[in-house]
Amino acid sequence: MEATQEKYDFGVVKAFCIMSVVYLAVGTLIGVYAASELAWPFLNFDIAEITFARLRVLHTNAVIFAFGGSALMATAFYSVQRTCGVRLWSNKMAWATFIGWNTVIVAAIITIPLGITQGKEYAELEWPIDILIAICWLMYSFNFALTIANRKTSHIYVSNWFFLAMMIMITYLHVVNSLAIPVSLFKSYSIFSGVQDAMIQWWWGHNAVGFYLTGGFLGIMYYFVPKQANRPVFSYRLSVLHFWVLSFGYVWLGAHHLQYTALPDWTGSLGAAVSLAMIIPSWGGALNGMMTLSGAWDKLRDDYILRFLIMSLAFYAMSTFEGPVMAAKTVNALSHYTDWTVGHVHSGALGWVAMVAAGAIYHMITRLWNTEMYSNKLVNMHFWMFTLGAVIYITSMWVSGIMQGLMWRDYDEFGTLTYTFAESVAAMHPYYAMRAIGGAIFSGGAWIMLYNVVMTIRMANARSAAGAAATA
Amino acid sequence: MADKYHSTKFQDKIERSVLVMAMMLMLLLSVGGLVEIVPLFYLDETFEHNTHPEIVWQRKAGQSLNDWKAGDGVRPYTPLELAGRDVYLREGCYICHSQMIRPFRDEKERYGHYSLASESMYDHPFQWGSKRTGPDLARVGGKYSDEWQYAHLRGPRNLVPESVMPNYPWLDTGMIDPAKVTGSMKAMRTVGVPYTDADIAAASDKNNALYVGGKTEMEAIVTYLQVLGTMAKLDDSIPYRK
Repeated sequence: MEATQEKYDFGVVKAFCIMSVVYLAVGTLIGVYAASELAWPFLNFDIAEITFARLRVLHTNAVIFAFGGSALMATAFYSVQRTCGVRLWSNKMAWATFIGWNTVIVAAIITIPLGITQGKEYAELEWPIDILIAICWLMYSFNFALTIANRKTSHIYVSNWFFLAMMIMITYLHVVNSLAIPVSLFKSYSIFSGVQDAMIQWWWGHNAVGFYLTGGFLGIMYYFVPKQANRPVFSYRLSVLHFWVLSFGYVWLGAHHLQYTALPDWTGSLGAAVSLAMIIPSWGGALNGMMTLSGAWDKLRDDYILRFLIMSLAFYAMSTFEGPVMAAKTVNALSHYTDWTVGHVHSGALGWVAMVAAGAIYHMITRLWNTEMYSNKLVNMHFWMFTLGAVIYITSMWVSGIMQGLMWRDYDEFGTLTYTFAESVAAMHPYYAMRAIGGAIFSGGAWIMLYNVVMTIRMANARSAAGAAATA
Repeated sequence: MADKYHSTKFQDKIERSVLVMAMMLMLLLSVGGLVEIVPLFYLDETFEHNTHPEIVWQRKAGQSLNDWKAGDGVRPYTPLELAGRDVYLREGCYICHSQMIRPFRDEKERYGHYSLASESMYDHPFQWGSKRTGPDLARVGGKYSDEWQYAHLRGPRNLVPESVMPNYPWLDTGMIDPAKVTGSMKAMRTVGVPYTDADIAAASDKNNALYVGGKTEMEAIVTYLQVLGTMAKLDDSIPYRK
């Protein structure tokens, strides 16, 4: 193990690993508070900086960019070295990426509560921060690609294909969607307007999900599932097929967010049609991951880290089935604008993204610090809290979302609308409370993970210090 | 392993070179976006005012924004409306309120005529939203009095007990800065909103009715809310969209 420590650049991977766990714990906690504000509005306390809309934006930025980004950078920098058998092309550049990315996050934590925003969902950060994001992302991508170029193996391993696709697509999306004319240092306006801005925004919005939170995390899956299970990937052909179909197809899906809106019908319908087809490559990936375990399912009995990885694939399969269903026009007419969408996002974010990342991070922690976990019991507890929390969250949003949709369109026997909007808001209360509880259980799992990781690192460091003293 | 193809010759070539793989991806990943986005910039059918020009205000030379009457057609926001819209963005109203009515019977009865693309043509960025934690606001203009809107923003639950919306008391103390509004209008003109020099000068001209100095953020946002959906007069008998 000492030899591999010297062979690879793992310092920066360690740093990204720790920060991703910190951001997961903090980001989900902010989410719990925002969710509680919807259940109990007094929690806004008339403080501008913590009103629901600002906290909600802080929450999405914290979990997507801070947690998701750090996890993607940790896993990509770790697995690209292991699969290519070489060090990073530039360790210094990787550290610069780490510092830059964390600067972005600090800037986000300061500006979002102050109401400094571009006003575009999932792309709220103002133009100077956008430029820093672009610089960090390009450094990350070039470093990754050039490390692959230096590889000792003949072929590029499948996990790296997915990371590469993500890097290219996110560059396109971020650059185009963030095009804006600055008014001042903290204010700018999108150069696009109305219907064109809407299409570009959702081309960005859905592909941030498609490539960042799906493609990138499939890259994680393709390295860490086989590694943790100690088995080769189930089917190479399946991975080739689903990689290219997924990469080509996902790009088209954004339009399904705008069905029945003022976006021309052809665009929305095209998005919906491709969305339905996407169930095939999505399930191809889920199957490939799950079947990797065939003949070794017994490992799930005592390998808690593997449990995270397999459960994440189950959630992935479920939410990539739900997605195409919700994109179908008749379902979308009901589900759009409701909490069902929020539930769907979280079945992907909690069940798939956070779960697979947690598995990968535990795997890396044990390898990077050359140790077992401080407490396997806590890993197991974390696993069940994640699963339970996610299930409570998702089911409460299913009920509230479908109920909202049905109440809004309900007519009484006289042919008038049965419910006022306010009545539908009142009906949501129990589900908003339940969602906050589910989220709190989930976030609790993340805090347990943070504690366990800190204790593991302290234990490993104390041990190596003692070892060094003994040999000296 | 090096000499055996596991799939096709082409796939094998791709897998052996990061450059070839990156080029393939760059090409493939650009298709969907190009097909769905680029036509929106040149197809006439994207905007309803190409077939129904009355949707957009036909401003005559020398007319100021003050010469516009409700129903005259979609026009750029007045300085105060624009300032109010900036407050709307800052507070993240779009997180819980949509501004996009779909062509369904229940939405027509609840919110009004379905939204047209031409109605948000001056919205940088668009504010269609994606979630209705609160009701749609695309045609909220004129639905309630200014006094109702003020009271509601100060304490929503005083008027609607079921509401989960936060109170926004600080809007009464926040003041609109004419210099900032002027900057915003200039930036809007750069991105294509047809403001005249006179429109922009009006924002900081004490003698002009459009002067924004001395106005609170509360007045600004309510002015913005009150114009939403009132610009174009839409006729139920005209099929604006196919």
